[in-house]
Amino acid sequence: MKPANLTINPRFDTWLKFQADETVRVATGKVEIGQGVVTALSQIAAEELDLSLSQVVILAGDTDQGPNERYTSSSLSIMDSGAAIRAVCAEARALLLRRAALRLNCGGEQLSVEEGAFLVDGASTGLTYWDLANDVDWSQAPTGEAIPKATQDYRIVGQSIPRHDLPEKLTGRAFIHDWLPDGVVHARVLRQPGRGAVLQSLDEAAIKRAAGADIEVLREANFVAFVGADESAVETAAAAAPEHAQWSGAPQINPDQQEAAWLRDQPAIERKFGAEDAAAPQGDLVGELVQATFSRPYVAHASMAPSCALALFEDAHLTIWSHGQGMHPLRANLANVVGLPEAAITARHMNGAGCYGHNGADDAALDAALIAMRMPGRHIRLQWRREDEFGFEPFGPAMLVDISVRVDDAGRPSDWTAEIWSPTHVQRPLPDSGSLLAAEALENPPPVQIPDDPPEERGGGGTRNAKPYYDIPNSRIHHHLVTTPPVRTSALRTLGALPNVFALEAMMDELASRAGEDPLDYRLSLLPDQRARAVLEEAAARADWRSRGAGGEGRGLGLAFSRYKNTAAYAAVVVALHVDEEVHLEKICVVADTGLVINPDGVRNQLEGGVVQGASWTLKEQVQMQGPGVTSLDWDSYPILRFSEIPEIEAEVLDRPEEPSLGVGECAVSPTAAAIGNAVAHALGVRIHHMPLSRQRIMETLLT
Amino acid sequence: MPETYKLTINGVAREVVAGAALPLIYVLRNELGLMGTRYGCGLEQCGSCMVLIDGEPSYACTRAMDSMAGRDVRTVEGMGTVAAPHPLQQAFIDEQAGQCGYCLSGILISAMALLERNPDPSRAHITAALDGHLCRCGAHERIIRAIGRAAAVMRGEERP
Ligand code: FES
Ligand code: FES
Repeated sequence: MKPANLTINPRFDTWLKFQADETVRVATGKVEIGQGVVTALSQIAAEELDLSLSQVVILAGDTDQGPNERYTSSSLSIMDSGAAIRAVCAEARALLLRRAALRLNCGGEQLSVEEGAFLVDGASTGLTYWDLANDVDWSQAPTGEAIPKATQDYRIVGQSIPRHDLPEKLTGRAFIHDWLPDGVVHARVLRQPGRGAVLQSLDEAAIKRAAGADIEVLREANFVAFVGADESAVETAAAAAPEHAQWSGAPQINPDQQEAAWLRDQPAIERKFGAEDAAAPQGDLVGELVQATFSRPYVAHASMAPSCALALFEDAHLTIWSHGQGMHPLRANLANVVGLPEAAITARHMNGAGCYGHNGADDAALDAALIAMRMPGRHIRLQWRREDEFGFEPFGPAMLVDISVRVDDAGRPSDWTAEIWSPTHVQRPLPDSGSLLAAEALENPPPVQIPDDPPEERGGGGTRNAKPYYDIPNSRIHHHLVTTPPVRTSALRTLGALPNVFALEAMMDELASRAGEDPLDYRLSLLPDQRARAVLEEAAARADWRSRGAGGEGRGLGLAFSRYKNTAAYAAVVVALHVDEEVHLEKICVVADTGLVINPDGVRNQLEGGVVQGASWTLKEQVQMQGPGVTSLDWDSYPILRFSEIPEIEAEVLDRPEEPSLGVGECAVSPTAAAIGNAVAHALGVRIHHMPLSRQRIMETLLT
Repeated sequence: MPETYKLTINGVAREVVAGAALPLIYVLRNELGLMGTRYGCGLEQCGSCMVLIDGEPSYACTRAMDSMAGRDVRTVEGMGTVAAPHPLQQAFIDEQAGQCGYCLSGILISAMALLERNPDPSRAHITAALDGHLCRCGAHERIIRAIGRAAAVMRGEERP
């Protein structure tokens, strides 16, 4: 089947360029966000083209020269871009081989390629790809029909190739933040406290005095920026600005609204999936009803680096440099707000800190673009402050999950209902959507977007992984897509899967204990998929699951399983911990099956990172709000897991070379959260249903 | 009023003109082009900006220039280069310790200070030395391993 991204970008030369220095430039629309994708894609290209890795140069995220592959999200880069690059490279190799056969007057079966050089019957010919590249019309469309290399012939795919980007990052300049073009102008912004807030007065003179050096104040409607050659002066100005600004009409948030429980009574779009509603108990539905409510609060991406962007407006062309996840969509959104045609905008990706979803990157890009349009010919470097990122990033939504299960005579679930309350999980900027922050501050802000969620066939948003992967005769989802959350929400690693798996896997433990069975055995009895069974059994064996005691004495061992989106990578996690006044993680073991593995160490790295981030969200994190907005504006009020709290982590990946590659970035996160919840319940003998499982919650639970 | 400060940066004597209250991070990055000292919070809470001042790990984001006269500053650029990395940098590459990498240069600085004090640190010593650092990507386990490995190499017990 032809990869979809080849149909969207139907020219060879969008993907491949044979360069004069005997390298091949391979372009992708996916970008490096710390997950190692550039290295993995270069392995796929080098493999199919029979090149060495040093002969492959990746161009990632460039609207002028590379393909449009939308966003780097949802663990799809290897499945989407990897499939397209594999097909394009296999076909380019076939085209060049045909030329070589003619030129060398030999049969195709006599030819082979080594590092881009043709061999006839194993003997070198002196002829290379680069000698023939000009004979091929690369403007043609790939058919997607060339047969790629057989997996047993792989020499580069499947190897733990070290990341290309790491040495620079360990020695100095490496990020967009580190680029200071000649004559660069630094900029900071003063944010509208919330949508609809109107700037009544701004004491510019006082702000300039505070800055202590020459700065300019740019103001358009409710958008304010401080610009100047001296970065510390614009930083000082931005820090001083809030006390010299008067706003009216700022929203007022009541602290109740920061809790997931608040969602239950809010206006919502009602969505239903799965089996018909359970009628009055009859027939199969006779049986005990087990119910419980679980929740997660709003959580943050909390990238280590506040967002940054550079912009230059020159000769009626806007160039933007950004660490966002999709350069083509960003270009379309910018075009819409600044009133330029897309052709007059170039968007280029540069490395930023890990983002884990939709953070402030795109908003910072618009901020920089607006300033650049007013200062033609100057490079603008716009940097958010720490409090900007914590205050204005789009958050991972709070979720409230009610699970109701009918249990049959054998103690097995016969009917499963997940009722979910959640604001939208994806509000990436779309043209006209109004979800780029600065657009809301301008004259004629775009209309408020009616929220939507990703469709079920793409894994859903609030519903993601709410349907059990276990063998259960009837299951249904009732999703209340809450339309009026107190803060902007958008894509955060796993979307709704973390709260849903936390709830689902807690319920599985509950059902096992009612049935008087071991949680592992109980799950296996409902899991026909061999790959699912294999990860669970392997994780249990590695973590010595069978030694698990009765619990209730402060030490806990908990287990959880999930197949991401119910269609992607499998992961099982076992957590060992103890609880006194708070939870102390001791050891976490994760085993995943991600199909064909491109880079085993890269996969383990992603699994380990997913474990830590999942643990941090589960144990520590909640966005605090009051008054006009977010009040957890620094790392003290928004703590994350620290070095002293990191457990020993064992990550293993079962290689399945015969199976297609499945994205790996998200699969470990949700089962980690659930396994921690189950281990805490095992340790305490009582379950905590609401995240975070913080010291305060533990104390409340122990005292009641 | 700007003043002239004499200090040593990565072994080289420097004179810089700066305001008394200017945080060191701006001098390193914007005047001297030493971009490995990174801004993460400006609040002494994340460790992205860590440098050694007279051998002590210190936050460059808040350290005012008027306390810097005569000091010895070391940044990640003074440790090694891509072509000739410090054993710690090499160990981070060998362990592939990092994802986005934003936190790493500050962590390398604290790790270097640790190994200069304690050539054979336990896991607990390492995590204690790094507790002023945050890593949002969750590369902790590898970072801890890499520091242990660098220590062994620097003691001559393990081949680089
Ligand atoms: S930037 Fe200095 S500690 Fe965060
Ligand atoms: S590697 Fe990304 S913050 Fe540490």
